[in-house]
Amino acid sequence: MESLEVKNLTHHFGFTEILHNINFTLKKGEVLSVVGPSGGGKTTLLHLCAGLLDVEEGSIQNSFKSTAFAFQEGRLLPWKNVIDNIAVGLLAKGEKKDEALKKSQKIALEFGLEEEDFTKYPKDLSGGMKQRVNFARALVTKPSLLFLDEPFSALDIGLKKELYAHLLDSCKENEMSILFITHDLMEAIRLSDKILLLKADPGHIVKTFEYDTPNDKREEIFIYEQSAKILQDKEIIDTFELNTLELI
Amino acid sequence: MKFLFKILKDFPAYLWSGWGAIASTLLFIALWDLGNQVYGNLVLPSPLETFKTLYIMLQDKDVWQQIDITLYRASVGFGLSLLFGSILGLIAGFFATASMMSRPIVTILVGMPPIAWIVLAMIWFGMGDETVIFTVVVASFPIIFVGALQGTRTLDGDLKEMAESFGFTWYMKFFDVYFPHIFSYIFPAWVSGLGMAWKIVIMAELLATSDGMGAELAIARSQLDTPTALALVTIMITSLMFIEYIVLEPIKREVELWRA
Repeated sequence: MESLEVKNLTHHFGFTEILHNINFTLKKGEVLSVVGPSGGGKTTLLHLCAGLLDVEEGSIQNSFKSTAFAFQEGRLLPWKNVIDNIAVGLLAKGEKKDEALKKSQKIALEFGLEEEDFTKYPKDLSGGMKQRVNFARALVTKPSLLFLDEPFSALDIGLKKELYAHLLDSCKENEMSILFITHDLMEAIRLSDKILLLKADPGHIVKTFEYDTPNDKREEIFIYEQSAKILQDKEIIDTFELNTLELI
Repeated sequence: MKFLFKILKDFPAYLWSGWGAIASTLLFIALWDLGNQVYGNLVLPSPLETFKTLYIMLQDKDVWQQIDITLYRASVGFGLSLLFGSILGLIAGFFATASMMSRPIVTILVGMPPIAWIVLAMIWFGMGDETVIFTVVVASFPIIFVGALQGTRTLDGDLKEMAESFGFTWYMKFFDVYFPHIFSYIFPAWVSGLGMAWKIVIMAELLATSDGMGAELAIARSQLDTPTALALVTIMITSLMFIEYIVLEPIKREVELWRA
């Protein structure tokens, strides 16, 4: 069984402790999100899990066969056109060039890009289109684990929903797992099986929320109800410092 | 190969876009003729007279030989700068210490007037090829070096991380992530290095040698032969314009299509 196991993970930047004693397990087919305020060490945690940073204390065991990463800001190669950008993940895996391009074109169409966009460079794409390319690039490799670094934060609500649907499809078809960081609670409730609440200074997990309803069966009403409920939670209020707002 | 083909395919369209440049060149020649009418033939020969002199000169084998000599010196000097400037610049860019240490040296190299280098080179190497080549190298090397250094220093950390997360091979990292970025810095540096080399080679020849186009220019000056001097200048400028606009610019356009 493929899984990602994080045990007693602690991380420092210089003398500042960023993460303190983090423990969790992500199983196959599961969507796990880490929520918390900005600057709470979420990105560091994600980068450690994705192997972009070296683990100092504790351990991370990743037995997933393949991983992919969708970034907050597209991070497309400015000198490559849309299709070549999508194909880089496949090419890095050693896929043949024409095969990779064919797959990239197919997924680009699925992600709502037009054929006339294929030869455009990132400078000519809108923010939404860049993010479509970003997702297509990650999902075309059919990863068994996908890392998401708040990739929805600058998108309009329609595009968000479209990309949610693509993600849930991939989860179902390929039994893909997702490790997802966000500061948007509603988004976390919509997609995740499990939510970890990360409190800052240093980043540590204070509470875990679990949702049993399958994520493709969650109605809008369910999401709003759960969001309202979670906002009453004492730990949530504490972590996001919601009570200071009331004082004002 | 495909790339070369694309450059050739877009070339006619590029040439067609050159009408504006031709118009402004003609305007310049018209102003030149006006200057001739105001100041007389001795100070500023007319464009027609200059082009006639140029035509006669180009029939002369000896003139071609002088051009050859100058070309040889400029290309050896520029070639050395290109090679060492690019390689050392890249190395300096990849190591923070090296780039910090090289900065003051580059400032000295850029800040020191080429004319001072010529004097030193004349003392060190005497009157000949070496003096000219040395001066060319000293003048164009720092430009290329700084271009390469800047290109490597400004590599985007976010893109490196992206490459890391997708497990790029070193080959892909170099050709898909590093190279296009560095090239977009180093190529304009090559172009300005080349322009510099071409200017400096004439100046060094004028002061330090008895052959080459610079020396011809010195002779024209001592004989107050303004038409020949202007004809020589015309050769220098047209050759530089040819390299820049016909050879380098089309390449640059293809390579930098992605730039905003």
